[in-house]
Amino acid sequence: MEAPGATCLRSGIRICAVLFVTNNSLRRKLEKLSTFVSVTASPWMEVAIKVAILIQICLPSVVKSNNGVEETRKWRCQVSCTAQNIMEFAELIKTPRVDGVVLHRPFMPTVEGTLCLTGHHLILSSRQDNTEELWLLHANIDSIEKRFIGSLGTIIVKCKDLRVIQLDIPGMEECLNIASSIEALSTLDSVSLMYPFFYRPLFEVIEDGWQLFVPEEAFKDLESMTDEWRLSEVNKDFSVCPSYPSLLTVPKDIDDESLCKAASFRHGGRFPVLSYYHKKNGMVMMRAAQPLTGTNGRRCKEDEKLINATLCAGKRGYIIDTRTIAVAQQAKARGGGFEQEANYPQWRRIHKAIERSNVLQESLIKLVEACNDQSHSMDRWLSKLEASNWQSHVKEILTTACLAAQCIDREGASVLVHGTEGTDSTLQVTSLAQIILDPACRTIRGFEALIEREWLQAGHPFQQRCAQSAYSNGKPRSEAPVFLLFLDCVWQILRQFPCSFQFNENFLIMLFEHTYASQFGTFLGNSVGERVKLQLSQKTVSLWSWVNRPQEMERFLNPLYEPNNLVIWPSVAPQSLLLWEGVFLRWNRSTKCLDEAYQEMVHIIEYNKELQNKVNSLRRQLAQLETEDNPLQTP
Amino acid sequence: MEHIRTPKCVSKYVVEQVKLLDRFSNKSVTGTLHLTATHLIFVESNSTSAQEIWILHHHIASVEKLSLTTSGCPLLIQCRNFRVVHFVIPRERDCHDIYSSLLRLLRPVSYDELYAFSYNPKQNDQQREEGWQLIDLAAEFERMGVPCDQWQLTDVNREYKVCETYPRDLYVPITASKPIIVGSSKFRSKGRFPVLTYFYQEKKAAVCRCSQPLSGFSARCLEDEHMLQAISKSNHNSRYIYVMDTRPKLNALANRAAGKGYENEDNYSNIRFQFVGIENIHVMRGSLQKLLEVMGTRSLSMTDYLVGLENSGWLRHIKAIMDAAIFLARAVTVEGASVLVHCSDGWDRTAQVCALGSLLMDPYYRTIKGFMVLIEKDWISFGHKFADRCDQLDPDPKEVSPIFTQFLECVWQLTEQFPQAFEFSEWFLIQIHEHVHSCQFGNFLGNSQRQREDLQLKERTYSLWAHLLSEKQNYLNPVYSPSFAESHPVLEPSTQAYHFKFWRNMYHQYDRSMHPRQSILKHVLTLKESNRELEGTVQALKTKLQKFGVSTSPLKPQTPPRERSLPPRPQSLILGAPLLSRKEVQQEEDEEVIGEEAREDAPASTGGERTVEGNSATENGYGELKESFGSKNEPSVVTLEFGVARMTC
Repeated sequence: MEAPGATCLRSGIRICAVLFVTNNSLRRKLEKLSTFVSVTASPWMEVAIKVAILIQICLPSVVKSNNGVEETRKWRCQVSCTAQNIMEFAELIKTPRVDGVVLHRPFMPTVEGTLCLTGHHLILSSRQDNTEELWLLHANIDSIEKRFIGSLGTIIVKCKDLRVIQLDIPGMEECLNIASSIEALSTLDSVSLMYPFFYRPLFEVIEDGWQLFVPEEAFKDLESMTDEWRLSEVNKDFSVCPSYPSLLTVPKDIDDESLCKAASFRHGGRFPVLSYYHKKNGMVMMRAAQPLTGTNGRRCKEDEKLINATLCAGKRGYIIDTRTIAVAQQAKARGGGFEQEANYPQWRRIHKAIERSNVLQESLIKLVEACNDQSHSMDRWLSKLEASNWQSHVKEILTTACLAAQCIDREGASVLVHGTEGTDSTLQVTSLAQIILDPACRTIRGFEALIEREWLQAGHPFQQRCAQSAYSNGKPRSEAPVFLLFLDCVWQILRQFPCSFQFNENFLIMLFEHTYASQFGTFLGNSVGERVKLQLSQKTVSLWSWVNRPQEMERFLNPLYEPNNLVIWPSVAPQSLLLWEGVFLRWNRSTKCLDEAYQEMVHIIEYNKELQNKVNSLRRQLAQLETEDNPLQTP
Repeated sequence: MEHIRTPKCVSKYVVEQVKLLDRFSNKSVTGTLHLTATHLIFVESNSTSAQEIWILHHHIASVEKLSLTTSGCPLLIQCRNFRVVHFVIPRERDCHDIYSSLLRLLRPVSYDELYAFSYNPKQNDQQREEGWQLIDLAAEFERMGVPCDQWQLTDVNREYKVCETYPRDLYVPITASKPIIVGSSKFRSKGRFPVLTYFYQEKKAAVCRCSQPLSGFSARCLEDEHMLQAISKSNHNSRYIYVMDTRPKLNALANRAAGKGYENEDNYSNIRFQFVGIENIHVMRGSLQKLLEVMGTRSLSMTDYLVGLENSGWLRHIKAIMDAAIFLARAVTVEGASVLVHCSDGWDRTAQVCALGSLLMDPYYRTIKGFMVLIEKDWISFGHKFADRCDQLDPDPKEVSPIFTQFLECVWQLTEQFPQAFEFSEWFLIQIHEHVHSCQFGNFLGNSQRQREDLQLKERTYSLWAHLLSEKQNYLNPVYSPSFAESHPVLEPSTQAYHFKFWRNMYHQYDRSMHPRQSILKHVLTLKESNRELEGTVQALKTKLQKFGVSTSPLKPQTPPRERSLPPRPQSLILGAPLLSRKEVQQEEDEEVIGEEAREDAPASTGGERTVEGNSATENGYGELKESFGSKNEPSVVTLEFGVARMTC
């Protein structure tokens, strides 16, 4: 007969095992361990820790037999990490485990199994080998709802990736405990408690993503095209501009002192820096924050000199202010403002109307609500879609980006882009313009570099913007789907030029997911300065380290890709812009038919390549035979 | 202009220096306008791109002379295929001449004036006859398993005596005797009594169609009740039949005052009566008008677009038709019940619902041939009034309505949800739509079979179906999977509102700036064709190698090789398709030559020369800086025509 604690232990081991061990034979061995140990009814937590320690003890022998010493060290490190992890979160986890939980997901069969809470994950396993387990990062949970029917509790978990799942939990107390644990664990304030700090990769990092896109490298490329620019270390300790990186590309003729003065004239110290150099005609795109002209029209000679230095003699440039003139006027009262024509005679200012972050967040919430509306009424859907304004934002951002690209490529003029802070709409415009203009940005590497350059290093406050998503109940602080809107715009261009991008839609969706919840440290923090302080590059794994592995990359490759060196001008007519179903209807529709059709398309493309090769090799073979035969035939 | 293919002799009127304005941007091109007996032709003067626009007079819905501007006299032409062209003609007199000739030309008074009677695709009589024999409805009913022990062919309408607008051959329950049929027909509007249109063999359930009963407030007709009884009895799987009145209840009620109405459940045994709520032809006409008005707005904002889409109600109507068809398909396939469908006269909404319902139930109708059969059966033979609805002749504006367009759109909506279920792509649907209005082929002329026989269409005109089949490869859906039909014999589309989308490629098919600049469809279609050629090449090479005594492993064909070689693809059919350059054509021919090194990337190399369209920022509608930012390098976009006109030369 089995000891009472054995089942408990077995599942404890199992959970620890699945937590860290994907290697199946190892997993089986660990499960066998349970037969040797018998513990009397101890709480699961203790068991788990004990098991973790046990694994630590047992591992050397277990692993050595498989992969050698190096692996062992890695395993040990991982297990000890987890033991620590469990201790730290133990007090937040009131009920770590419930049996008989039923999981409902749209378009998937219900799963009954055991629900486990760990420091960073919500796990549901049916304990059958063939069914998929649910692993949900607590960080991915946007909000939860509780419902009770008798003693059966139901928790509806709404995720930041817009998925909604339902868990039926027998027992009111368990349900309440689980709910409050999830709430506590999904709203941890401290960054250093986030999962990336605990995550250890189960793959070998061949190419460290943290070192992939350094400003020096980008500058080398620039140097090969022009000598008008230099790399300034003025922001070395992040004191001139806390949201800028330590190295910045600025006009050669402007010294660091002038930069400091210009910085004091720009919101948040974000003085104009180079964003993009258009090789074709040498025009540039710069970005900055709003100038602090205030109500009395302050000016700053250094700022004027700085941006004039980017103009060729006799040329005019364009300043694209992402705000409407009215909004820009209002900003004056708060010390902000815009460039006065009188002080910037060589520049022509154009105002566009990209909305600010809180408006965008509201728009996202409304859009997702519309998409989740189960009513089948056509009018209701269209009016809700319209009321969300999401598509309008997409159109406006794309239009502004096209305008910037048009100024550079068609008009041969340099451009300066800014909004208020220069960390949101500005980056949407500058990065999209580069996708339109620069074929390199349409490759996977190039796109990663673009995100690194124009978003991460440029100081888009990812952590603030992505703290909550569309299901958040709380008052929005500075959350906003700025980056998601950018991805949506990229998707629109991808739809219109399906053969011009090396990556596919999945790549964009993956990026969206990782900005909100991830095992990687890439999107933690709000600026380079913060990331340095958090020591992310030492303590966490970079998303790029994982994505760039060939076996992962495969999922993100566009089979239709054919490099296209042209500037690609998307249509921004409302009829050409579509709702991004891959994100917003992702969990509300069955994609089986669409996926199969996609597979068929991939199959046709691959079969074509195969046939090409076959024909080539046969022809070569034939040609060879013919030359061999010729001497015999001719006489 | 010697290079123009316009035959000088036909050319009645030539105006030079005419400007063609783009509908959505400030772009314009200059060229020459030719007016011929059948077409209005615009030829761009710029010799490098030299785009030509051919507009068939029958396609023109309206011509409008706008007020004089400094650059000339503007002429706005709206077409039924949703093309809108805006010319500016330098001299007012020329403009007026063209305007008045067009007005005369686009209102033919007799059928003989229609293009179909002068169109000659250089076929002999035998080919023409074969074209007309392609679709055989008797064979179609046989395919469904009719006649059978419960359903038979009746000759009651052989002479069109019982119902003028029905075809001669009709299928009725075996137990429905002639007196019952005649009696029933007298109780139905326009004599359109219940007849079989689709037979679901698996459950022996029938889809029947008719017009509304002349029940008024209390009238009843025993023969009609017997007729429904007979339909019900012929299906042993179900004790009841559904009667679907596709109108909104209010409309049906209003009809009672005129002595028409709907079936009273008390008088008919075992019927389940159901209103579906599809609006009438007038509402649909207004809806499309509103839709086109909104979509034609320049620099349309996203808000106006979505509000306009909603206010037009167009997608709501599309969804209503789809809902009805789904209801029909479920009743038949799940419950195994027979269904009788009607509306008022039983030739508009009834045709939509029966055809779409059959398409959901039967994979055959999702093939190219099957779709033709479906249209021939539920639309042409059962008397959808194409002449009236499509405004072919002597127009009564109140009779015009986009009923058939809606049906095509419903099919398109389905292709979006089930990309592998259809043998054809949307260009097939669009091409059919084009020709429903072109009057180039005889199929859609007139309002009923009887009228078509009187017009001797089969002797005097050509069949569209033969024409479409001859260029079938342009309409293929490259990801079509026959095995999908096996696993999904019945389509069950979702009716969530967000699945219904605006069909840009139909309503903006000529507004090229709005389309994706690279077409996946075209790309994959080309690859698939290339795969077929390559398979042939591999075989040929192997045979050659075998002559040298080399044994080669047989290539496992992943797609069954086709037996016939493909006719050369007309260059212009698929929108977004680049014209093959002469060099490429040469290369494709070269491919047959064995022994040459294959180009490493043969189909991809087409990509090397593939133009990415829309390289002009100005045509995309964000030309904010129009005064100062003139676009300098327009791309050499050649407007591709749907090949309609070219056949005449």
